[in-house]
Amino acid sequence: MGENKLRAARPLSPHLQIYSPMLTMMMSIVHRLTGVGLYFGILIFAWWLMAAASGPEYFNFVNDLLGSTLGLIVLVLCTWAFFHHMCGGIRHFIWDFGKGFGLDTVELMAKIGVVTPIILTALVWFFICQAG
Amino acid sequence: MVQLTLPNNSKPKQGKTWNTPTKGGNWREFHIYRWSPDDQENPHIDTYHVDMDDCGPMVLDGIIWIKNNIDPTLTFRRSCREGICGSCSMNIDGTNTLACTKGLDEIKGPVKIYPLPHMAVVKDLVPDLSHFYAQHRSIEPWLKTTTPKPQKEWKQSVKDRAELDGLYECILCACCSTSCPSYWWNSDRYLGPAALLQAYRWVADSRDEATGERLDDLEDPFRLYRCHTIMNCAKACPKGLSPAKAIAELKKKMVERKY
Repeated sequence: MGENKLRAARPLSPHLQIYSPMLTMMMSIVHRLTGVGLYFGILIFAWWLMAAASGPEYFNFVNDLLGSTLGLIVLVLCTWAFFHHMCGGIRHFIWDFGKGFGLDTVELMAKIGVVTPIILTALVWFFICQAG
Repeated sequence: MVQLTLPNNSKPKQGKTWNTPTKGGNWREFHIYRWSPDDQENPHIDTYHVDMDDCGPMVLDGIIWIKNNIDPTLTFRRSCREGICGSCSMNIDGTNTLACTKGLDEIKGPVKIYPLPHMAVVKDLVPDLSHFYAQHRSIEPWLKTTTPKPQKEWKQSVKDRAELDGLYECILCACCSTSCPSYWWNSDRYLGPAALLQAYRWVADSRDEATGERLDDLEDPFRLYRCHTIMNCAKACPKGLSPAKAIAELKKKMVERKY
């Protein structure tokens, strides 16, 4: 006991601060973030539906809010989060079968998981804009 | 518990530069994490210069050169120098690996060396692995049988033996477990990639008769299921194994045995 007092408490070695950021690790973090984000996204969606049920006046108010620049940014982000989380979910689904664990495959799936949601989001909003 | 920052006593400070090359030649800069239990100071990052014309090709050669020529107090574990003992695992250039099998030519710029991440530091590059070993002990890494002992050895077909390839090679260097963010935040309850790969090694062994018991022990939101397939483990493993895959196989077994 006496000796312990003379010795400094052991430090914790650096972790996040020093670990080199890798795509797969980032994808895992983003998967978690988009998952949390979608909770709020679904609240917005529910709010919009409830507004529609409560009458034209309140619906127009909410609809205009979501149609504003800021509202549209949030909706585009929600769309992207949805597709990103979906692609992440498919990757996890493949892994659940014990497949796709080769390091090259893992890297490739991560890259597909970055690009696909961006394309899908762009497509969805392209069609929304087309429809007016 | 997720704590993204380091406690105050653990934040590394700028350390000293031990030697500056006076003569020309082929010098390489090393930035090494230092901490001693004998003073009350925070960890610090010291700078050393290694004469590459006088030093072997591996990171371990570099730190042995420093210990022999500049600073005998620099503390690290090493033994076999050929990637089979697992002693010299550390964080080199941002990833966990063995100093003896990591070539200096694979690293660009100064060679940055830290102890294995998110571990209690005993001194310099030596982390406290007691808990890591205790977790390995907890999965009971030995053959468990109930049938009477055979006259000679427990036999296994060539095919069944092949099931252990990619598992038995683990040298328990802890590179994988200490690369895993889930293990960083939950190592008190999550077993981590190394212990889980070892657990699967015994589940996959055709001679072992305690599979159900072993799976029961792992059926826990933390011990097994804190794995989120982040993949740092498989990327770090200096033996080229995939703890992530072994864990996925364990999760599969959990589902399969229900049907």
